[in-house]
Amino acid sequence: MCLAVPAKITRLEPSGLGTVDYIGTEVKANFSLVPQAKPGDWVIIHAGFAISVMDAQEARETLRLFRELAESS
Amino acid sequence: MKELRDPKAIARLLADIRDRARRLPDRPRLMEVCGTHTMSLFRHGLTPRLAEAGVEMVSGPGCPVCITPDGLHEAAIDLAAGIEDLTLATFGDMTRVPTRKGSLQTAVPAAGSRIRIVYSPEEALAEAEREPGRQVVFYGVGFETTIPAIAYVVKRAARARLRNFSVLPALWLVPPALKAVLDSDEVAVTGFIYPGHVSAVIGVEPYAFVARDYGVPGAVAGFEPGDILLAVRSVLDQSLEGRPRVALEYGRAIRPEGNPTARAVMEEVCAPFDAEWRGLGRIPRSGLRFRAKFARLDAAKKFGLSIKVKGKPLAGCRCGDVLRGVIRPQGCPLFGTKCSPDSPLGPCMVSYEGACLVHYKYGRRERKGP
Repeated sequence: MCLAVPAKITRLEPSGLGTVDYIGTEVKANFSLVPQAKPGDWVIIHAGFAISVMDAQEARETLRLFRELAESS
Repeated sequence: MKELRDPKAIARLLADIRDRARRLPDRPRLMEVCGTHTMSLFRHGLTPRLAEAGVEMVSGPGCPVCITPDGLHEAAIDLAAGIEDLTLATFGDMTRVPTRKGSLQTAVPAAGSRIRIVYSPEEALAEAEREPGRQVVFYGVGFETTIPAIAYVVKRAARARLRNFSVLPALWLVPPALKAVLDSDEVAVTGFIYPGHVSAVIGVEPYAFVARDYGVPGAVAGFEPGDILLAVRSVLDQSLEGRPRVALEYGRAIRPEGNPTARAVMEEVCAPFDAEWRGLGRIPRSGLRFRAKFARLDAAKKFGLSIKVKGKPLAGCRCGDVLRGVIRPQGCPLFGTKCSPDSPLGPCMVSYEGACLVHYKYGRRERKGP
């Protein structure tokens, strides 16, 4: 139910509507709840609405942490 | 993010967890609140591996379809069966929940009426705009993840003065349910894995009382196997240090303050009330309904529906105990015999993140053991 997927914004109109690229498929989404979002951002989409903008810096940190974990095992 | 599934990283985290669990005086019992976490834990075979490492995972009341009382489903069935030229739109799982009146899937709609599965509440709103002669009711279920989207369409329908759109609300708040679990004393939970996408909206502060008032640690987790293990390790660290808090282990998707825009829409449209949950009973300020300004858009009021929220479950169904974490799905006498995904007797076997369905689908790996 609270399943939500990360997707990249491909189009964003002033109305707050637009599209995302979700694993190669263009899907409509409503961006009214994330006014700071801009095309190219990664967002979390749930029930047709973007509810969060992903933080690229944090995502890189997570990847770095997991590479370290893998190397230290 | 394949790195978060890397077997070496997973093995390392499990070794860390085993080490910490061994140093704790009591066997840690962590509740994963969110049904999507339950599914991920099982799909990736983590629940048995965590048990092997000394950590027991218990599923919580984190499936909104599951905790919605039958009375609401029955009201939705009455609506579709009793009123002509009406569309009842809802999320897929909701149509399959069995009640004494059957399910929305087996219901026979009135003349010209139909039951429609939608992915977004906006699809229901669009139908109302397209077909002014038809009443469209969105049977809207959800936690804080979904409520802003529902509140948004309610606001838009009010602004457009749409006369043929309404919502039957089944809107639930997670933090009051955690308080109910902690107050019940039925399950001695030593830590919480907090839901990732609920937290995208509410942030971390609403969980602070768990650490402050109950001394129970917790961490917000993402949905990859590595995300969940990172959160488990954090919770055990907090126990070892004796310093419970709310750790955020899903920083790439969630801000500590959540999403203020989403919360503002939710608060503008909805107000809390003491709601009745399946299995958990009445919980103070745990449900949302529409404020007076938007009451016209509440389908229950608009169509004068009588909703019996205290109905008894179908014979023998123990979904309520499963939702409180008091029994595992296998502890229900109907599990896997009379109740299965093909013919579910309770909502926990219906929803794809319901604990019973998840155990049914992936439980064999758990039985196999180490």
